[in-house]
Amino acid sequence: MTISELEKIARKLRLNVIRMIGVGQKGHLGGSCSLSEIVSVLYFHRMKHDPENPDWPERDRFILSKGHAALIQYAALAEAGYFPLEEILRVKQLGAILQGHPDMKTTPGVEGNTGSLGQGLSMACGMAAGLRLDKKSSKVYCIIGDGEIAEGQIWEAAMTASFYKLDNLIVFLDKNRLQATGAVADRYDTNPLVEKWRSFGWHVADIDGHDIKEITGSLEECDMISGKPKIVLARTIKGKGISFAENVVAFHNGELTQEQFDMACREFTKKTEIS
Amino acid sequence: MKTHNQRQVYGETLLELGKEYRNIVVLEADLGKSTMTTLFEQEFPERFFEMGIGEANMTSFAAGLSLTGKIAFTNSFAVFAAGRSFDQIRQAISIPKLNVKIVGSSAGLSDFGDGATHQSVEDIAIMRAIPNMTVLAPADGIETGKMVRKMVEYDGPVYLRLNRHDLPDLFPEDEEYVIGKSYLIKDGSDFVVFANGIMVSRALQAAEILEKEGVSVRVVNVSSLKPIDEEQIKEFTTIVKGIVTAEEHSLIGGLASTISYILRGNGIPLIPVGIEDRFGQSAHNYDELLEEYGLTVEKIYNSIMKLSQG
Repeated sequence: MTISELEKIARKLRLNVIRMIGVGQKGHLGGSCSLSEIVSVLYFHRMKHDPENPDWPERDRFILSKGHAALIQYAALAEAGYFPLEEILRVKQLGAILQGHPDMKTTPGVEGNTGSLGQGLSMACGMAAGLRLDKKSSKVYCIIGDGEIAEGQIWEAAMTASFYKLDNLIVFLDKNRLQATGAVADRYDTNPLVEKWRSFGWHVADIDGHDIKEITGSLEECDMISGKPKIVLARTIKGKGISFAENVVAFHNGELTQEQFDMACREFTKKTEIS
Repeated sequence: MKTHNQRQVYGETLLELGKEYRNIVVLEADLGKSTMTTLFEQEFPERFFEMGIGEANMTSFAAGLSLTGKIAFTNSFAVFAAGRSFDQIRQAISIPKLNVKIVGSSAGLSDFGDGATHQSVEDIAIMRAIPNMTVLAPADGIETGKMVRKMVEYDGPVYLRLNRHDLPDLFPEDEEYVIGKSYLIKDGSDFVVFANGIMVSRALQAAEILEKEGVSVRVVNVSSLKPIDEEQIKEFTTIVKGIVTAEEHSLIGGLASTISYILRGNGIPLIPVGIEDRFGQSAHNYDELLEEYGLTVEKIYNSIMKLSQG
């Protein structure tokens, strides 16, 4: 897929995140939008997967450790065809297949249950070890947040991944610099990230997380590295693409007014040439 | 009486099952010499994961392994297995019902020297409260071996609670173990004692003394706390004049809670024997500690005498 096609998909996924949030209901807008390009590259360019056959044994695996950004994953899964697009409008409704946080039992394409922060990376490590045991070439992709890494378990997993030389594990760190109640640097500073991950034995890439070319480039770079796990530190903007929500803490898990909803939809409809 | 050590039997059974099931993987948090997973490690090093002193990470890692089709056994002392990893067990394993077996070793007060930090008085309560979780506490080594085999055949999360010490053999070698069932150890018609773990053999001793005094006591091993065949528990109480529960666990959330909930409203008096809402402590030997907490033959005997006096 070309860069412009992936950019277009990223915008479409954002629009569907807005549609899922709707009006007057809380939703994790900010941290979903910061991941749009990364998720687009993974699902529509990078990962081996088959929406017709979600349990295909040779598929790559994806774990959204920062499970509160479920909406962007749901948008990608719907776009890929794991379930009908109409389902996204029923998100979080009683009995819906799309829960507030990823649930593998209800949502086709979701590989594991996340939402309690700090656990998904350990799960991804276990999957990578399990696939290697089975001599599969499949890779495990995992996304963690910069606020999330305050959880000590992330660093337990970081040690495990390098101890077991899990080079089939590729992690994106969504460095959107904001967490639920303010700036990561002001609340509980998790920096310096490059030095930390390097000292834990990881290959580290540092990129603009909204630049498709840099994302694909970092993945190609990861392919060249063996014997250690890889992390891509992705500089992103929380609420990216929605003029009034960019870098605004309130949209970590915010509600949209009708006016804001209409404005966000107009911004994207124009850009994505979809209705 | 012949005895077995539950940890030893567990380690040996895991090794045997490892030969039959190539998808069994074992995770350890630096206690392998105590939990006896070293037996598996020596034979199948590639399917053994030393996770260091990190129970939370071990538990979520096990979830990941199970997501690739493995039957994953995590191992630690019961107090850490159930306590330190609670959230990991709940979120990633129990909600989606993953095939992870959590083995809590040196449970109850059985790690007598290490004190309250290492003694689990509430692990069963914690695990029982989690939807989708199966909770097992065997009475002896023979039952442990049969149970571990059934745990592997069952697809879903299980918590297994093991004692640290040698325990007398009670479970018949030729009897099949079924998850959810309780087992009659000794029949009797006046009273019934529902017990599990080390307290089953103590209940049996009390019942044998009482038998000589003309009091007929039925002893039931309730090793499956969840699921539990409620009708079977009710049937065990027909005819009897009183009920005693006996457990090496807090009276809150364990066997006493399970049995009294099942039997609510039936009018038969019940005396619970167990740990009364307090933490453990260090002692120089296990028996001394069990006595301090009232987990004795005498306490069970006295409870039945009290019931018989109305």
